[in-house]
Amino acid sequence: MSNQKKSPLKDIRAYKVFAIKEGTVIDHIKAGKALQIIELLKLDSNNKIVTLGMNFPSKALKKKDIIKVEQKELTPEEANKVAILAPQATINIIQDFKVVKKFKVKIPTLVEKLLICPNPKCITNNENMITRFKTNVNKNSVKVHCEYCEKIFDQNEIKNYNI
Amino acid sequence: MPTNLKNKDIISIKELTKTDILNILEKAQKLKQKPQPKLLSGYVLGSCFFEPSTRTRLSFETAMKKLGGSVIGFADPSITSTKKGESLYDSIKIIGQYVDVIAMRHPLEGSARRAAEATDKPIINGGDGANQHPTQTLLDLFTIKECQGKIEGLKIAIVGDLKYGRTTHSLAQALINFNARLYFVAPESLQMPEHICNELKAKKIIFSKHKNIEEIINEVDILYMTRIQGERFPDPMEYERIKNVYILKESMLNNVKKNMRILHPLPRVNEITADVDNTKHAYYFEQAENGLYIRQALLALTLGKL
Repeated sequence: MSNQKKSPLKDIRAYKVFAIKEGTVIDHIKAGKALQIIELLKLDSNNKIVTLGMNFPSKALKKKDIIKVEQKELTPEEANKVAILAPQATINIIQDFKVVKKFKVKIPTLVEKLLICPNPKCITNNENMITRFKTNVNKNSVKVHCEYCEKIFDQNEIKNYNI
Repeated sequence: MPTNLKNKDIISIKELTKTDILNILEKAQKLKQKPQPKLLSGYVLGSCFFEPSTRTRLSFETAMKKLGGSVIGFADPSITSTKKGESLYDSIKIIGQYVDVIAMRHPLEGSARRAAEATDKPIINGGDGANQHPTQTLLDLFTIKECQGKIEGLKIAIVGDLKYGRTTHSLAQALINFNARLYFVAPESLQMPEHICNELKAKKIIFSKHKNIEEIINEVDILYMTRIQGERFPDPMEYERIKNVYILKESMLNNVKKNMRILHPLPRVNEITADVDNTKHAYYFEQAENGLYIRQALLALTLGKL
């Protein structure tokens, strides 16, 4: 039994994950959301190298996930999609091992198709149709408002996505 | 300046401005005073009730007929193509080709908005699941104005199932426009949802929550009663314990304000005892009648005839 306060692993590990030469690093993803983001952006099917890190310590989030995608620069539309799953995420564009662009994701005011309404009695879960949600960002919370059933949900209540 | 509701859908009370609401109430008042039996002659209402309704359906159909229009439709979806698996979108698209305006009720939330996407004919929502029932709210407002002479600045208590009741949500939201002082009387587990309270706070509407009617009955101008359904309680014992707390009896009316009126969207079961019916405070049957004039006004306005 060790009484050490610091994890010895933290001191030994020089690089948490490999640095990449060209590509995108999606950082500050709330722990547990990275796999959904990979699925959402179809990063697993574009033949690019993807490195996934989960449950890193984070001051702001306590635990965070990180995704590194090589030889791909995320488009603003893709970044917006990330925002719904991980509102605090930051996007780092890497060229020649350096961060050339860094920005926070921005949640679009209207999200179409992507979210599945958690309300089983919502018409969108009973007809073949697309969903539409308005978003409302307030400090660290993101609320989404179904335009059909008019219910308001916390982003964490959305469990299923049209991926 | 009167607003133009021609070809507009009436889906949610939140989409109506105060001017829209006052315009609808004024037109309903005129139709109540002076019937117009030929106003909608030649027009057809599609009365599409995908779930049972008594007052709403009959008052829509009567409203259309009293304005000289005619009605087609159904009160039981099992006789329609819905039974065969037809989507709501397709059903309404087709019905929209036959009629000039559609009044509908459907068990799914958001169904009226979906229907509005399927047709360019006006859709009037007669209730979409637990979501919205804007014509009920409009007739509530009409009745409040009729019995109090105004809506602005009144003290209004809403009693009963405030958590699941669509009429209570819509009424509270509509009263934001009229600077009401609101009292929410309900057991804790059925109190007004947080998102509605947040809306009220944002608009600086003063409200308070109460556990029994006696706390507020002598202060208010309107006592809006609703039914508490036993099946809403996860624990039947809890229901048995509180169910009598929300029953209004004549003996409770001794010290109420003279102008206080009792409303109820009906049907009532036992939450207002029959002895209250004969007091001057009972106004729920007049309220039900007013549904006819509100629906006449909405039909005529959406068809551009008023």
